[in-house]
Amino acid sequence: MNAALVAQALVSGLLIGFVFALIAAGLTLIFGVMEIVNFAHGEFLMLSMYLSYFLHASLGWDPIAALPVNAVALFALGVIVYYALIRRVLRAPMLAQVFATFGLGVFLQNAAQFLWRPDFRTLGDTWVTGRLSLAGVYFSGPQLAAAAGAVLTTGGLWWLLSRTEIGRALLATAEDRQAASLMGINPDRMFALAWGLGAACVGVAGALLSTFYYVFPQVGGVFALIAFVAVALGGFGSVVGAFAGGVLIGVVESLAGVFVAPAVKNLFVFAIYLVVVLVRPRGLVGKQ
Amino acid sequence: MKVAIAAAAVVAVLLFPVVFRGPYPQHLMILILLNALLGTAWNILGGFAGQISLGQATFFGAGAYTSTLLFQHAGLSPWLGLLAGAAVAVVLALAIGYPCFRLSGHYFAIATIAIGEIAGIAVTNWEFAGGAVGLFLPVEGEGLAAFKFGDKLGYYYVIAGLLAFSVTLAAWLRRGRPGYYWRAIREDQAAARSVGVPALRYKQLAIAISAALTAFAGTFYAQYLLFIDPPSVLPLSLSIQICLVAVLGGAGTLVGPLLGAAVLVPLSAATSVALGGSGRSLDLVVYGALIMVIAVFEPSGLVGIARRLRKHLSAQR
Repeated sequence: MNAALVAQALVSGLLIGFVFALIAAGLTLIFGVMEIVNFAHGEFLMLSMYLSYFLHASLGWDPIAALPVNAVALFALGVIVYYALIRRVLRAPMLAQVFATFGLGVFLQNAAQFLWRPDFRTLGDTWVTGRLSLAGVYFSGPQLAAAAGAVLTTGGLWWLLSRTEIGRALLATAEDRQAASLMGINPDRMFALAWGLGAACVGVAGALLSTFYYVFPQVGGVFALIAFVAVALGGFGSVVGAFAGGVLIGVVESLAGVFVAPAVKNLFVFAIYLVVVLVRPRGLVGKQ
Repeated sequence: MKVAIAAAAVVAVLLFPVVFRGPYPQHLMILILLNALLGTAWNILGGFAGQISLGQATFFGAGAYTSTLLFQHAGLSPWLGLLAGAAVAVVLALAIGYPCFRLSGHYFAIATIAIGEIAGIAVTNWEFAGGAVGLFLPVEGEGLAAFKFGDKLGYYYVIAGLLAFSVTLAAWLRRGRPGYYWRAIREDQAAARSVGVPALRYKQLAIAISAALTAFAGTFYAQYLLFIDPPSVLPLSLSIQICLVAVLGGAGTLVGPLLGAAVLVPLSAATSVALGGSGRSLDLVVYGALIMVIAVFEPSGLVGIARRLRKHLSAQR
């Protein structure tokens, strides 16, 4: 166990952790505003990755260049899903909400498999192929770009929420729906916005992941499960918490993969979650 | 009225294999009864006590693996294995419940997912339990004592008996003190505790019974299919399906899980027969769409539809 190996594991874990953080941020935003867990979050990610793949394969657009397209497309998807599905279960019991989004996930995943076959696809060369070496530690180009993009996007989301009028309106709706609507904020539009922004986060994450990860119908499951844990780890509804949770999971997973065995790395992720919530039942930065 | 319907249902279940002698209808019915058992077990914890578990596969796997390993290594009868599996599941359930019942709502649900995933990964990497390869059950002897039957009929009546036991137990518990305590905890735990309901003890009771019944189903599954591995008895998808059966039927009611299984199992079988042959999962597209439709239009489950139908009929009279 030498220092270079530890450094490499830490760097790889941090890089992927930032992407986990972005996916988790989208999930926690939706939850924070309306207390609904989006069980189709992974499938949104999958759709964004396919979008990158097809733009690259048919039009030759680089996923990094086409990133705004993914963000806008997924924003639109999120808004459509809100108006077509979520609005109808707003007042339903929690379990009905769970199954509305769960059914949507099953639907999207299998529609993708029906349309595009269960093949694993890769994009081949993109703008960010290659790797950097710094003091004996390798930084893979695609992962570096993905981490940078994820940090910028999560930072942008945080800025939007805490520093702009519309972000404050979102947070106000999250705090107290009725009080917010008395202040002239339309909660319905805020919910739609939350779904749009939450989906746009995975839109960006999907474009970033497509440069180095396989694209296949079940790809969302891998990331969604980690995002759920990251969100709960940080505390439901907190973007800062989701960010911390995502990064922590990336690092734990990477260290466990290198020093224990790749097959059991997720065991440590879930164990960390249990330890944290049992000590702090509201997550790392959740409100009481 | 209710008694008459229940009696008719029991007679129908008993006579079903006499009328339908083909192996496929009997297999389908066995799957319905198995899912009804799993849904009923989930319902005690999730429906009655309001603690949403998405990790029931842990208990299912505990039953399947305990009885199979005891049979293979110690020659223990699967019937004793059934009880041993339930005992292991109860110990696991109490060990999970004690810390996790401090969590509520989504935090508890995600904790059960995490525990289910840990169990899956642990067994996959546990050589003694067959690891990722799984375990085959040797066929030695047939008959009721061996828990092995040459045809479907024997399995059919065993699972029907297990289900009858579970539903009776659930009905009895719901009617008694635990039922009232669970309802109080589900509606408002703080209020329940303030009037002296020992919340933790009764939540532990719910998870222990739920786990034992789920482990029964696990042992039955292993004896019926004679092969178990982590993807078949310990996946998250199984935990979610168990929850789905109860919720689509109607969580918190006695008939909900039975109704859910009776609709869901044939539905997924029919769509996969009609649409799944191409190997392109069109059946699951339809399945996902149906789940959404039910969630949107009948959030209280199929029981809600039945209730409305009855109201409609009595209004016409």
